[in-house]
Amino acid sequence: MSRSASIIGAAVSRIDGPDKLTGRARYAGDFHPEGMTYAYGVYSTIARGRVVSIDTQAAMRCPGVLDVFHHGNFPSLHRSPASFAEENVVDEKRVPFEDDEVFYAGQFVALVVADSFEHARAAAYQVKVTYDEDTNTVATLAQAMEKRGSTHANDSERGDPEGAYQSAPHQVDATYTTPVETHNPMETHTTVARWIDGKLEVWDSTQGVVFTRNTLSKVFDLDPSRVIVHADFIGSGFGGKLWVWPHCIATAGAARELGRPVQFVLPRQQMFTTSGHRPETSQHVRLAADNDGTLLSIRHENVNSTSHVGTVVEACAGSTEGLYKCDNLRISHATSITDRGTPTAMRAPGAGVGLFALESAMDELAVKLGMDPLELRRKNFTDRDPGADLPYSSNHLLECYDRAAESFGWSRRTPGVGSMRDGDKIIGWGMAACNWDAMRNPCDARVTLHDDGSASVHCASQDIGTGTYTVLAQIASAELDLPLDRIDIKLGDSTFPHGPISGGSWATASLLPAVAEAARAAIDKIKEYAGKAGSPLADADPNDFVYEKGMVKDGHGKAVSIADILKPQQLASATGEAHTGGAPDSGYSFGSFGTHFVEITWEPAIAQLKVTRVVSAIDAGQIINQKSARNQVEGAIVMGMSSALFEATEYDERNARPVNNNYAEYLVPVNADMPQLDVILLDHPDYELNEFGARGIGEIGLTGMQAAVANAVYHATGKRVRDLPVMLDKLMDETE
Amino acid sequence: MRQFEYKRAENTRGAVHAHAGQASAYLAGGTTLIDLVKLDIMQPERLVDVNRLDLADIEHSDGGTLKIGAMVRNTTLAYDQTVQTDYSVLSEALLQGASRQLRNRATTGGNVMQRVRCSYFRDGVSPCNKREPGSGCSAIDGHNREVFAVLGTSEHCIAVHPSDMCVAMAAIGATVHLASADSERAVDFLDFHRLPGDTPHIEHDLKDDELITHITLDAPIKGAGSTYIKLRDRSSYQFALASCAAIVALDGDTIREARIALGGVGTKPWRCKQAEAALQGASATDESFKQAAQIAMEGATPYKHNAFKIPLARKAIVRALRDAAERARRSAGEPT
Ligand SMILES: Cc1cc2nc3c(=O)[nH]c(=O)nc-3n(C[C@H](O)[C@H](O)[C@H](O)COP(=O)(O)OP(=O)(O)OC[C@H]3O[C@@H](n4cnc5c(N)ncnc54)[C@H](O)[C@@H]3O)c2cc1C
Repeated sequence: MSRSASIIGAAVSRIDGPDKLTGRARYAGDFHPEGMTYAYGVYSTIARGRVVSIDTQAAMRCPGVLDVFHHGNFPSLHRSPASFAEENVVDEKRVPFEDDEVFYAGQFVALVVADSFEHARAAAYQVKVTYDEDTNTVATLAQAMEKRGSTHANDSERGDPEGAYQSAPHQVDATYTTPVETHNPMETHTTVARWIDGKLEVWDSTQGVVFTRNTLSKVFDLDPSRVIVHADFIGSGFGGKLWVWPHCIATAGAARELGRPVQFVLPRQQMFTTSGHRPETSQHVRLAADNDGTLLSIRHENVNSTSHVGTVVEACAGSTEGLYKCDNLRISHATSITDRGTPTAMRAPGAGVGLFALESAMDELAVKLGMDPLELRRKNFTDRDPGADLPYSSNHLLECYDRAAESFGWSRRTPGVGSMRDGDKIIGWGMAACNWDAMRNPCDARVTLHDDGSASVHCASQDIGTGTYTVLAQIASAELDLPLDRIDIKLGDSTFPHGPISGGSWATASLLPAVAEAARAAIDKIKEYAGKAGSPLADADPNDFVYEKGMVKDGHGKAVSIADILKPQQLASATGEAHTGGAPDSGYSFGSFGTHFVEITWEPAIAQLKVTRVVSAIDAGQIINQKSARNQVEGAIVMGMSSALFEATEYDERNARPVNNNYAEYLVPVNADMPQLDVILLDHPDYELNEFGARGIGEIGLTGMQAAVANAVYHATGKRVRDLPVMLDKLMDETE
Repeated sequence: MRQFEYKRAENTRGAVHAHAGQASAYLAGGTTLIDLVKLDIMQPERLVDVNRLDLADIEHSDGGTLKIGAMVRNTTLAYDQTVQTDYSVLSEALLQGASRQLRNRATTGGNVMQRVRCSYFRDGVSPCNKREPGSGCSAIDGHNREVFAVLGTSEHCIAVHPSDMCVAMAAIGATVHLASADSERAVDFLDFHRLPGDTPHIEHDLKDDELITHITLDAPIKGAGSTYIKLRDRSSYQFALASCAAIVALDGDTIREARIALGGVGTKPWRCKQAEAALQGASATDESFKQAAQIAMEGATPYKHNAFKIPLARKAIVRALRDAAERARRSAGEPT
């Protein structure tokens, strides 16, 4: 093997950067097939009830209008089985326009197609819908639990959590709640669909071209080979674009009915209704510990909001089973139905909000014990996953604690509430652990060596903005011993060799081995050709062949280029293919670990809260690209801070309509909110997971951030905020 | 397609002439108007573009006042030398509003005339007395944390007037100059915006055949210090939860004159004359500032989610007065 190691782990700039900067990179909405038409939705203004009538007369008379679709005239379609194994997951089970029922505000009730976007929108405003409204709406999780109760989803238990809790000297019993958060990628959901000869071709802003292909093939009852899905570039997704949502089906259906391509772009407002969100959660945590801090019992019991048209379980306790050593544990998950759109995965689903609860409770326990919160965590560290009852393949959490604490200056922390000051400001220091599963999925790849000395890589996975193009180019460059600029990475096309969805932080761990193996297969192929009749090396012993820098050498040092090997065979290229599997069943549990240390300032005189400093240390295996990895962790930290301080989709409690459905009112941090960020990447390869030792890095940085912020806020103010986000009104004294 | 006519006015006369008599809207920077037209909330049949009008100057005029043309952009106004030295409260207020891109477009006239940010006004479907007089106010019992008032509200509307610039102007003292085809008139800035009362759809004292041509600021108070404190959840690009424009002039440690105006809490730019009166002759201490803040917020009505704005506004007032007084002290100490 001729792997040139230096490029792995290097700080390589994105290979797609110039294309993105110059506008050459084409996103779904940039594809304009011949004869394109434009669709605009009409969305339910009520949350629950029935459509009594849809008057489309005025809309049909508007200029440029081609048709108005609704439940009365839309073709009947099939539901997707929503199976992960079959790769056709949908979170919203209902197909658009199935019937006259309305399950949430923002549900599609009609789709107007016209010759321009402006004509379609203007006509959509003219569609008159009358409803029979059920005004007894359930707008929030609290209302849902009260009126409808909850449905058990799953649980797991070890030891005797109740008994151990009762007999322990120290207990914490608290409920934490987190609001709905809405994925707000810059690029809203976009679909361009066209039908040619009974084949459906779709350009979609999706995190999974294969899943989208399979889902559409189920919905339209087509052989998967008759559906092609493209996603060359995605303006990010954060989990919101993992599965197919109603707009995609509506667009493809309309294109079939009209016999013309249709483009649909979801308006920003509807990002808050019909394309998923992080569900609202209520998490009951009970911890018990001995006097020395040893955890004796952990319980983490959760309910999250879901919808009438899809059951989504937020695995809040996903990290709780395995993060700490504790013999007595119970976790459970349940759902409760609100009259809102269907939730879905949002970056770091489960642990993203789950560790807010667990790591806040750990802080509360530390306060009760009078123990340093870092010490409490060290005390309960485990290098075995007690949930899976397996050793971790590689767990350097203790080193994360040491290095982050050192860099942050944690030893200078004085534990008293409000004891650290800077003039008029109170300083708070808090910390929390972070954790994410290290997953790996089966993946196919094809690597082709061309006679011009270049190579191409094909895989039906996609780059959602995280740097997948770049890390694959690095691996191909290393394996093929070719410069980066001779490597062409092709992703985002469902006709390529089967690849996984870009989610769960598993893209890198899954794709790298497949690409490397396919590269080696391509090298073997070229060596095979080198030994064939007519080859300049035909007389040499094939066992001596060495591949190096795009050349094959024989035992005497005679080097022949790929072109010269291929030519006599009348071939333009040599191809290698590979299939690699999921996480090996090797007796290990795989996870990534880390910690955040956060400094906040609170100025009581003007009620202003700021996160001023974050030091994070992350153990995510071998870092393949220092730049893109750091970028992922920094982005996740900011998103976690955003979740801690700002993000919440607010619904009107009377009618379940989202009220802050735009970028001006749905708050995320702006530049001026940015703290000083210091990200330490540990870089210990985990060779049990794959040959590169790489685990994923996209999500872990978000987990634990909210708790680290809330714990720092407690340290400064003495206020324990258990309901996110931590807004200034929650910190003001009632007596002021 | 909703059709509208577009007219580009070349002079004030032409503008008011084109505007009068039908559902028209002047198009200045467009940062409020275009947004609301796209949302189908404002449905003008005619847009009268006033960008060519000769109203983009900032000039000194009689008695030390400053005359600001209606088409002066927010960015230009904020960085104007005179504004920065004589009316720093205005410059600070402008620079804490919106974003740079928006400020580059937004005009003085448009800013005064900007519409409320209430989500029920903007969603096009909820009952809203501004959008559809008589239909009711959804905000009173709805989600009402951010852009909802505690002062000047009525049972018909509780939306905040969202401008930062106007708060500074209310504190400084200003006059709005209006022109119609054949006459001109001047309105005290504090009387220009209307309280919602039972007619929340009538937002200001501007007649159909009138145009704001300019705004004059009162002469600056000699030796005064001023500042604008804007409190909000994130550090920029958010409307005020509570804000305060304060101007303080001192005689030694005694307050000679003080001005207080509030944003984020009132249904119009909110001047606090009683609190100002209480400060006159008082010593410039936190004690006095707190008392003034108390007076300013007397009679405020909290709603379900915005009760915190009452203490928050008091904090803004105290901090703004303290900083303004400090600046007055410093400038008094400076050699002239
Ligand atoms: C996302 C966002 C955030 C914002 N944040 C803030 C903020 O933090 N603080 C803040 O203060 N503002 C904020 N704004 C509002 C912004 O300041 C206003 O939109 C802007 O000042 C309006 O000026 P314009 O010239 O663009 O007005 P236009 O949109 O052109 O006009 C607005 C209205 O005024 C009328 N009009 C314009 N000129 C005249 C005139 N000469 N005479 C009579 N009528 C006239 C128009 O007909 C229209 O009805 C924000 C806006 C946006 C979109």
